[in-house]
Amino acid sequence: MSREMVDVQLEPSVLDPNVPLLKVRDLDVQFATGTGVVRAVRGANLTLYPGQSLAIVGESGSGKSTTAHAIINLLPGTGKVTGGSIEFEGNELVGASEKTFVGIRGSQIGLVPQDPMTNLNPVWSIGYQVRETLLANGFTGSRREANARVAELLAEAGLPDAARRAKQFPHEFSGGMRQRALIAIGLAARPKLLIADEPTSALDVTVQRTILDHLETLTAELGTAVLFITHDLGLAAERASQLVVMYRGQVVESGPALKILQDPQHPYTQRLVAAAPSLASRRIQSAKERGQRPEELKAVTGGDGVDRSRGELLRVEHLTKEFEIRGAAKGSNTFKAVDDVSFTVTRGTTMALVGESGSGKSTVANIMLNLLQPTEGTIYFEGQNLHGLGRKAEFAFRRRVQPIFQNPYGSLDPMYSIFRTLEEPLRVHHIGNSKTREARVRELLEMVAMPASTMRRFPNELSGGQRQRVAVARALALSPEVIVCDEAVSALDVLVQAQILTLLNDLQAELGLTYLFITHDLAVVRQIADEVCVMQAGRIVESATTDEVFDNPRQEYTRELLAAIPGASLDVFGSGPAA
Amino acid sequence: MPEPTNPLARPEQDHFFASLDSAVLGDVDVVDESAAPTSLWQDAWRELRHRVLFWASAAIILLVIVVAVAPQLFTSVDPQYCLLSDSLGAPGPGHPFGFDKLGCDVYARVIYGARASVAVGVLTTLIVTLLGATVGAVAGAYGGWFDSLLSRVTDIFFAIPLVLAAVTVMSIFRSSRTILTVVLVLGVFGWPQIARITRGAVMSVKNAEFVTAAKALGVSKPATIVKHLIPNALAPIIVTATVSLGTFIVAEATLSFLGIGLPPNVVSWGHDISQAQRQLRTMPSLIFYPSGALALTVLGFIMMGDAVRDALDPKARKR
Repeated sequence: MSREMVDVQLEPSVLDPNVPLLKVRDLDVQFATGTGVVRAVRGANLTLYPGQSLAIVGESGSGKSTTAHAIINLLPGTGKVTGGSIEFEGNELVGASEKTFVGIRGSQIGLVPQDPMTNLNPVWSIGYQVRETLLANGFTGSRREANARVAELLAEAGLPDAARRAKQFPHEFSGGMRQRALIAIGLAARPKLLIADEPTSALDVTVQRTILDHLETLTAELGTAVLFITHDLGLAAERASQLVVMYRGQVVESGPALKILQDPQHPYTQRLVAAAPSLASRRIQSAKERGQRPEELKAVTGGDGVDRSRGELLRVEHLTKEFEIRGAAKGSNTFKAVDDVSFTVTRGTTMALVGESGSGKSTVANIMLNLLQPTEGTIYFEGQNLHGLGRKAEFAFRRRVQPIFQNPYGSLDPMYSIFRTLEEPLRVHHIGNSKTREARVRELLEMVAMPASTMRRFPNELSGGQRQRVAVARALALSPEVIVCDEAVSALDVLVQAQILTLLNDLQAELGLTYLFITHDLAVVRQIADEVCVMQAGRIVESATTDEVFDNPRQEYTRELLAAIPGASLDVFGSGPAA
Repeated sequence: MPEPTNPLARPEQDHFFASLDSAVLGDVDVVDESAAPTSLWQDAWRELRHRVLFWASAAIILLVIVVAVAPQLFTSVDPQYCLLSDSLGAPGPGHPFGFDKLGCDVYARVIYGARASVAVGVLTTLIVTLLGATVGAVAGAYGGWFDSLLSRVTDIFFAIPLVLAAVTVMSIFRSSRTILTVVLVLGVFGWPQIARITRGAVMSVKNAEFVTAAKALGVSKPATIVKHLIPNALAPIIVTATVSLGTFIVAEATLSFLGIGLPPNVVSWGHDISQAQRQLRTMPSLIFYPSGALALTVLGFIMMGDAVRDALDPKARKR
């Protein structure tokens, strides 16, 4: 590889591979809050050698990002390192001066931040922002040389036509391209360590995979050590040789990645490995396996296939939705978000619509909920055409189809107590009196395994998973037949996600619910869905039962999606990747 | 793709796991049943209780309101009973602030003047809040041409200085000025600010998923505005209303000072300030009392607005 030669000449590596590059010992980090001191990190240890890759895995609030930020002294707000040591190349960083950190950041330790949408300054060109990093880290060449170097770095990060692209501004870049630019910035000064904080969690899976592949190749060539921060165990194990699992501020398990996956020792890691959808989907269908016991569940979900005799509940025919593009000339510019989509959903089963952002899956969901009118096409609900329902019939229809949304923080009215939230549907549809309504609210909370005392609380007191349970309870309030889950578990931590999926599955068995499950996450599909429609750019490209799609994908795009599931290529349990 | 250059574990990278005693495993996502439930308002109250600013402004506002409702409690002197023989008389027993040019008791006039100020301030704020919040909420919720129209109207009203417009319009009512006319005129020109704030607040919540969820439940649009959008926009509305209450009191005083606000038979601070201004050189203390009372009242409301804003600030609240 010629580029490797050039880079090695640029900065010959003098690091001894047997001396730790980064050594964190008994690290304590505290945050002062209004209600007292929060110990965000407690006694964390980790060791990283030159050129190695290590991933810190944990759910939100586990202290994984805090640990990484403590290393480069970028703790937010009132955060402070209160104990332990951080040694970088043998130099103690705890208590070092701000000047030391300015010298280290960028040139010794690079950072690829989490959100590509907000981490580039929108008023400066991409090239300017890369050049800024170069100049801040002692680049001494002329302006022309700097520009040439910027183009080189961007090209290296995988941006095509880099010299021209460098003149563009962040809003002209897609999410993936921005993340490449951020990688170029992170690696601009050839740091010995790159901290990648959830580098791709905001991106589509296929984009995520190409970027991580590229990052892996690049850092291997440059001999850069990488510290990944991620919530995704599959991704961590696939991209890093060493894992550090954090839970509530503590390191509960650490060691070689494969060893941890195959033989997790700490109960938390065991839970995590069992719940990780990307890993689990390789071998179990958790939802159904649990359901093997009661006979009726098998009858409801129709076992592995779909029992057509239960009758179709929903039929969608030639659905098309066009949006007018704002500011475009009249009549000329419409955007087809959904293009000739047809499918049927059998009663009591789960149909998953899978696709990346912009595939039109959420538009389909909104049309199903009767929140949007289709441009063309018809939806039959129990044989009844949904289009052109009268006001009264539409109101009645609302009772039968209910949504669950993605964002647990946005889906509950912050001004409503949980009781009011759950009572609202009953009140709107004039069901029962105040006494029976309260009984129903209690019953609903019980269904989603929440204590009845929750009803006096407000959404801001509940965690994300708890709010999502309330959202499920609200959707169930009117005893609907169909629930449209629009990315209903995508914003949740893995363990919570597994819980909610189990809950949804149990409720399906109990109440005979039909789910339309909209998601970008194929791994989740395997756990919950009976049938799958894969959408790309508004069209359904593949439609089959879940097993067929996973074991025998017919379309190239589906294969790509499957291969992009983080951890899909891992051979943890002795079953190779399907694609 | 090349394998990472390093093989597996090196020194200090062995498989480690914490003992269960040191890292106790909790249940996933349990509800804490011990803590007391809190709403936005309870949280705000808890926050306010610890603020000096809040208690100071509350004391001022309470005092002003008591004075406005029951001035007899503070003085037994009739502010309209004036003897020219007392003109510009010095303070004496029973007349702590002395007398003005017409021989009226200054202390009594300051006490009785509170009523006009508070009445104009409170009534105008009520009208402005109702009008502004309705216009703003409708514009924000419906959008489209309706929003454009309402927003342009708001802009036009916004561009006209409140006092200038009031001066112009008040001159029409030269002969029949009452508290009500002042309130109406100030109200008509004062609502755009609240309308803007409400529109912004409504627009920021109207795409929230709980609004979509309400729609999917079959809640009608007007009901959604009343039940979900306005309650969520209430915090900024209250803050703006509290602060603008102070500015309306100032506006009333300005109009009365110019002689086109409240009629002379209504005791008002603005009127007294304008009268006292003529004795600025001979007896400067005369202007001090009504303007001091005015400043204190306005300060009280503006400080209250600030305190409430801090308490309701969503960024300061726990998520």
